[in-house]
Amino acid sequence: MKRGLAAFAANLRNLPATVRQSVIRRGSSGSARNSSLAVFGNVFLHLHATRIHRRTLRFTATMGLGMIAASAFGILCVTGLLLMVYYKPSTDLAYDSIKDIVTVVPSGRFVRNIHRFAAHIMVAAVLLHMARVFFAGAYKRGREFNWVVGIVLLILTLGLSFTGYLLPWDQLGYWAITVGSNIAASPRELTDALGITGWFDPGGFQKELLLGASEVGQEALTRFYLLHVVVLPVAMVALLAVHFWRVRKDGGLARPDEIRTRSGEGAPATDSLPTAPAEAPHKTYGLMCVVADRRPATDLDPVDTVPSWPFLLRAELLVFMVTFFACVALSLFWDAPLKTLANAAIPENPAKAPWYFLGLQELVSYSALMGGLVVPALSMLGLGLIPYLDRETADAGHYFAGRPGRRIAWLSALFAALFAVLAVAVPVNFGWLRNWFPDIDQLVIILVNPGTLLTFFYAAWSLIVLWRSGSTRLGAIALFTCFLVGFVILTYVGTSLRGPNWDFYWSQADWPVH
Amino acid sequence: MSDRLKPEPVSRRDFLGTAGLLASGVALLGSAVAAMRLPRPRALPEQGRAFRIGRPEEFPSGTSEIVPGRNVLVLSGPKGIAAISLVCTHLGCIVSPASGGFSCPCHGSRFDQLGGVTQGPAPRALPWLAVRKAPNGMLVVDGSQEVPPGTFHVA
Ligand code: HEM
Ligand code: FES
Repeated sequence: MKRGLAAFAANLRNLPATVRQSVIRRGSSGSARNSSLAVFGNVFLHLHATRIHRRTLRFTATMGLGMIAASAFGILCVTGLLLMVYYKPSTDLAYDSIKDIVTVVPSGRFVRNIHRFAAHIMVAAVLLHMARVFFAGAYKRGREFNWVVGIVLLILTLGLSFTGYLLPWDQLGYWAITVGSNIAASPRELTDALGITGWFDPGGFQKELLLGASEVGQEALTRFYLLHVVVLPVAMVALLAVHFWRVRKDGGLARPDEIRTRSGEGAPATDSLPTAPAEAPHKTYGLMCVVADRRPATDLDPVDTVPSWPFLLRAELLVFMVTFFACVALSLFWDAPLKTLANAAIPENPAKAPWYFLGLQELVSYSALMGGLVVPALSMLGLGLIPYLDRETADAGHYFAGRPGRRIAWLSALFAALFAVLAVAVPVNFGWLRNWFPDIDQLVIILVNPGTLLTFFYAAWSLIVLWRSGSTRLGAIALFTCFLVGFVILTYVGTSLRGPNWDFYWSQADWPVH
Repeated sequence: MSDRLKPEPVSRRDFLGTAGLLASGVALLGSAVAAMRLPRPRALPEQGRAFRIGRPEEFPSGTSEIVPGRNVLVLSGPKGIAAISLVCTHLGCIVSPASGGFSCPCHGSRFDQLGGVTQGPAPRALPWLAVRKAPNGMLVVDGSQEVPPGTFHVA
């Protein structure tokens, strides 16, 4: 009996230690082995490799953009859950519940602001991240699939923000979604012109699926709520897991060949990170680092690598904190907009979607079908196919593939800017086909409008670059640069230069008062 | 050699395995298709598409008036009474009367007095809706029945 009591007392004394050990099995010393165990002994952390190339931690390698996007998504999930505590997805109650959150709920306005700013930051970061990955040529050598996963993530990100826009049930969201859902119905433009809408109506089908009705109402709000809080976030989490896992399995971040050689030649040791000693036991982590790259990480000398725990995780925490801080700071100074209650009889004027859709809205103001569906679909398809059509491996990991790439990027940016400005300036100053030929057939306008012409010229330019340079990589750089510059310019025009009736104004001060 | 030892073209095990796999595939696919039917509404939950607008005397020739809450303009002329939808054929914003016709606030489409497109991205004219007289003498606009532009209801 005495023995039992003694054992019990001893176990009680050791309780903190045994509990800790049952959770974290590794020792507490900072040895290389313990660092590795920290990562691969944890179901969440082991999305990371146990050791990473030291170049990964350099700012210029990623600019932290992927991690900013991921951090913003995390912030959105938490603040979104908090908003759900009070939000009521009904057309009668939604607007008032948001009003309550803003005016009555403790720190409700603050949380709503953070949710809004994190959404803006996430979209911006995802776009910039895509540009960074593209210009680094990091979509090559086994990373083709992860690029495609990335494109789907981009679409999910935009879908999340589109569905979230309706939830406050104010004028802004109501009319943006009315316009958006009619874009889904815009194949009718074509079927009407051909006179076959009666028995073949894909546009109407899409719109009905989205809205559950022929107008934005309770059915639509229910569907958008469902998409925004369940379907899209779950899809996002699942796909992010794939995305991160593939970054690891594809051999870590893409890096230029000369830094891949053993002994770190070419990788200036500008940092003071403690890499593994040369005599470190290769095998302990060698097996854990088996990857699908052409040159598996097992081949790397440990001299080039640092343990993920704590260095990578510390860097990630830093990026997260900076992102979080930015959201909080912005939320202290600016409020997320909330217009008046949705009114189906009076549209907002101008009725503008969120900023990242305003480039599209600009195109839509020529043809809904082309600008709203065909051009975006072609752009996504074109972007998604880039890694399969450009299979040159030479300059992967180098920004702009060196000097020729930089030249092409500049030229393409100039070309793209010129044509994007023309695509806006010509119709603004001279009108478009219908002003010149009032009886023109709708089919002609669908096919020939500033949006389709711009797409055509961008594609043609890229083909010319491809043909003249003989390099698919340079062709891809031309195409992507055109896409990026066109996107930025049209977005700017839609955001800042369009006023009531979508008329052109140099500044908001010139808008007519009404 | 006994029958049992003859090599079969497809072994029984493989056959059963493949058959099971196929059957599961078909069942799951069928379920998925059936599930996908659910989000497609069979009937659209709309407010009644036909609505009364008043007695013919309330619309003297030469006037036009927007029906409150309906986004429809009632036009009364020498030829009779007509109803024009004010929902822009581009992307569904509500047009408002402007000099010489209608203009849309969303992407700048303009229409003439009879709804024909004069400018902007709208792919077709504003729809004219059927007007008829109910047995009790009230005029009714049927929002679900489009008529050719220029069709007036003769009172
Ligand atoms: C929700 C959106 C996204 C998140 C949270 C995300 C996150 C990340 C993170 C954290 C990394 C690690 C390195 C880095 O930060 O650059 C990464 C790498 C990568 N991402 Fe994304 N990403 C997203 C969308 C995209 C998009 C839109 C694309 C491209 C179309 C893309 C393509 C890639 C590729 C190819 C890599 C590997 C890069 C390399 O090997 O250097 N991702 N992503
Ligand atoms: S909705 Fe009327 S012009 Fe676009």
